[in-house]
Amino acid sequence: MIQVQGLNKWFGDHHVLRDIDLEVAQGEVVVVIGPSGSGKSTLCRCLNRLETAGSGDILIDGVPAPVEGRELARLRADVGMVFQSFNLFQHKSVLENVMLAPVKVRGVSRTEAESTARRLLARVGIAEQADKLPAQLSGGQQQRAAIARALAMRPKVMLFDEPTSALDPEMVGEVLDVMVQLAADGMTMVVVTHEMGFARRAADRVVFMDGGQIVETGEPNAFFEAPTTDRARDFLAKVLTH
Amino acid sequence: MSAILDHLPEFWEGLIVTLQLTAASFLGAAVVGLVITAMRVSPVGVLRGIGTAYVETFQNLPLLVLLVLAVFGLPEIGIKADLLVTAIVVIALYEAAYIAEALRSGVNAVSAGQGEAARALGLTFGQSLRHVILPQALRTVIQPLGNIFIALTMNTSLAAAIGVVDLTAAANRVNLMEAQPIPIFVGAGLAYALIAACAGFVTGRLERRLVMVR
Ligand SMILES: Nc1ncnc2c1ncn2[C@@H]1O[C@H](COP(=O)(O)OP(=O)(O)OP(=O)(O)O)[C@@H](O)[C@H]1O
Ligand SMILES: [Mg+2]
Repeated sequence: MIQVQGLNKWFGDHHVLRDIDLEVAQGEVVVVIGPSGSGKSTLCRCLNRLETAGSGDILIDGVPAPVEGRELARLRADVGMVFQSFNLFQHKSVLENVMLAPVKVRGVSRTEAESTARRLLARVGIAEQADKLPAQLSGGQQQRAAIARALAMRPKVMLFDEPTSALDPEMVGEVLDVMVQLAADGMTMVVVTHEMGFARRAADRVVFMDGGQIVETGEPNAFFEAPTTDRARDFLAKVLTH
Repeated sequence: MSAILDHLPEFWEGLIVTLQLTAASFLGAAVVGLVITAMRVSPVGVLRGIGTAYVETFQNLPLLVLLVLAVFGLPEIGIKADLLVTAIVVIALYEAAYIAEALRSGVNAVSAGQGEAARALGLTFGQSLRHVILPQALRTVIQPLGNIFIALTMNTSLAAAIGVVDLTAAANRVNLMEAQPIPIFVGAGLAYALIAACAGFVTGRLERRLVMVR
């Protein structure tokens, strides 16, 4: 579903992604972990070209990801993204947030978009909040609305960049539950997260990044129990003692 | 007082012209200002350059100079336009620079994540601007836009200098007959102040209605 080959990314002189190779199969859930500044967000954002890659190839569903213009917009319509800071459209109700892209990008009728939106909002458990503005919702509700908004485009892949990092602890669970359900329904997902519990429950594979490189990748239980690289072992020791 | 009452029809006609000048040039300025703003925030460098050059040019030239240039310059290059139309177009192009500047500060006040979320959903640059960024930007700059409207209203009086018979020109003509400058120009001034007060009232209402919870 996603193939990344030899991806490099620089911010000025700063070499942030180094020769990244990554394949994500249809229906696979890949969790990306690693220390702060290791390039997880940048990798995630390169996949839908919110960041321009320095070199390398990105193929989505076997097709090279277009670099700009309408073709790029079409690619992004098929790749859902959920941000750490939710980024719901502040001036629109939750329902309108979910309806906007299907109507404007896919050309779906408003009535159809609305019934889809209401169904998705019910699926993520916030049907009652449909007519409120984002600012009137709790963080957990906002993030679930953002997931519904991404799902409304019927994406082939969903990217999550630390979706629970901005949430109060008691709201983390409700968002992770939605994501676990999504994974169980067969969605292809790339999830940057520090939630090891989610990785164990839902991931097919864990990718560990450090210093802009993929250092280790493996099946979650094997990775958490017996990481093969020192860097992964150090990182896990730090994270798990907290 | 009778100096005004005896010439109410002239004042009325002048006021109508002033209102036409104000409404038409503000509308034109809003449209051009939006286009310039879109250019200035676009990903295309050339467009950004043109947009910036436009704003810099019009903010650094006096409106009166532009009006006089247009009135004398356009016939030279074979364009014969009605004086009122010339004035409307020139004022619109001039004020568009100020509207573009206000709108851009509004766009800058919208967090980058809003545009990213819109693009991540597959909206094109134009769609993100139209459906996500500009509606939020507008809400933050209603007050500055109201001030630009008021300044534009006052600036329309410069059209009198190129022969448009607006409220100021009408007052001037009546004064030539009656020789009572104080009541006549106080009267005209009050009419301008009334337009400005209406604009202030409307922006106040709009601001309260569109205030955005964040
Ligand atoms: N827009 C940018 N301009 C310049 N440098 C950037 C930019 N975005 C990220 N970086 C740098 O690139 C490196 C990787 O950043 P990235 O955000 O991908 O890390 P991360 O693994 O997501 O970290 P975190 O866990 O803190 O979110 C960091 O050193 C960061 O400072
Ligand atoms: Mg990050």
